[in-house]
Amino acid sequence: MAENRLTRRGLLAGTAAGVAALPALGPAAAADNPVAASAASPSLLQDVVLQVNGRRVALSIEPRTSLLDALREQAGLTGTKKGCDRGSCGACTVHVDGRRVVSCLTLAVRTQGRAITTIEGLAHAGGLHPVQAAFLKHDGFQCGYCTPGQIMSAAALIEEGHAGSDMEIREWMSGNICRCGAYSNIVAAVRDAAGEGA
Amino acid sequence: MRQLTISRPADADAAIAAVLAPESAFIAGGSDLMQLMKDQVENPAHLVDLDALPLATVTVGADGITAGALVRMADFAAHPAVVRDYPMVSQALLASASPQVRNMGTMGGNLLQRTRCLYFRDPGFACNKRAPGSGCPAIHGENRSGAVLGTSPDCIASNPSDLAVALVALGAAVQVRGANGATRRIAVADLHRLPGNTPDADTVLVPGDLIETVFIPASEAARRSAYVKIRDRASFEFALVSAAVGLDIDGGTIRDARVAMGGVGTKPWAMPQVEAALRGKPTTDATFHAAAALATDGAQPASQNAFKLKLMPRALVRALQSAAA
Repeated sequence: MAENRLTRRGLLAGTAAGVAALPALGPAAAADNPVAASAASPSLLQDVVLQVNGRRVALSIEPRTSLLDALREQAGLTGTKKGCDRGSCGACTVHVDGRRVVSCLTLAVRTQGRAITTIEGLAHAGGLHPVQAAFLKHDGFQCGYCTPGQIMSAAALIEEGHAGSDMEIREWMSGNICRCGAYSNIVAAVRDAAGEGA
Repeated sequence: MRQLTISRPADADAAIAAVLAPESAFIAGGSDLMQLMKDQVENPAHLVDLDALPLATVTVGADGITAGALVRMADFAAHPAVVRDYPMVSQALLASASPQVRNMGTMGGNLLQRTRCLYFRDPGFACNKRAPGSGCPAIHGENRSGAVLGTSPDCIASNPSDLAVALVALGAAVQVRGANGATRRIAVADLHRLPGNTPDADTVLVPGDLIETVFIPASEAARRSAYVKIRDRASFEFALVSAAVGLDIDGGTIRDARVAMGGVGTKPWAMPQVEAALRGKPTTDATFHAAAALATDGAQPASQNAFKLKLMPRALVRALQSAAA
């Protein structure tokens, strides 16, 4: 079915291609973008193998590449989002060896041999993870951009045992910013998912 | 971010040899360094990855507790012996950054995060710390978060580490291995330096120095301790003012007191005058208020942060009450 192939990313890319007035990326933008720059400096590329969502992913990346950029731009796993790219917003949260980290401040080459889980790997056996289901049930998002990071953080928070009260949930979700302000529903979703797991 | 290469030495001596190459830097948790590299404040050409070094264990002894420099902040904060015998350290760590960053950041790296202000992070501005001799826009600019103790005409940035404040209060020390292979002990109180006219150097460490362990001596004051952090929002923010307090109380009388403050100094700030005013006194609010009033001795506010002089004794009284409770 054609609609199964329709992704937000594909749609946006198609839209951009159809708008001739959009400026092309200049050399300065390319220099600041590891992915764009890599084509110009092949000698810097390093072959790495990452374990992502239980699969081996072989990539050729610059050593300076963040795990976030490696996942999104190289591995094609665009569920992990880039917000601030400075560790402040939590949109890029993934699990490395079961612990939540911000992938924007993690160098991809340093994660070789570690088990990386992204939002794409959270659901299992075709069903939603309890935190994903709870976010749907409680409408724990508006625009949805921060949601993968919120869910990855919430899943870890519950595993850590930090869902004892709404106050505790808020404190331990403080590494994830929601610009739309869906916080009250996010807390409700985390509380609900934690209760189900207990 | 600049192009770079990364190596992962297997032991401390190899790591030190590698970092002595030009334009090289250690990377541990990376949460501070990565941000600074993205902002082009730090621009190393080679990173020496410390992950393979055997420095990630906690050792509990009768005389104190030792954390390997690579122990993650989250793990030390949750360690049962830290929670029980050094509660201010656990509290200071849990008041730091976010859960994700605490899973990344290390005990050694936290102490070495750069002392900073808004201008330090933005290469579009002058900054004596980032570009020596270029000037300090903070002194007459945005300085609400700035220091009120230990400032100089060249820099008023405050040190952001909560952990360091607790460690200064408790008399902790780091073990440092240097370029000559010898190890030496540096009190955390002596690790950071005042900016003076060379604010580009945050610490007394020299190229090749590697923090291997952090040792915190056990004490009654450590066991009865509290960390209070006042900030602009409830979580994930640097301190405007913080207070680390440990009290050794014998039948309602303060036998010993350990006090340091954060968010107010160009380095984590010890408060020996407050400690002296507490020793031998009864654990009453009158004692706490009188001692806390001494916290601002020598403090010089900038144009936007005089409020810190009022906030300091209040935060300190709250920490004293919390520790005594």
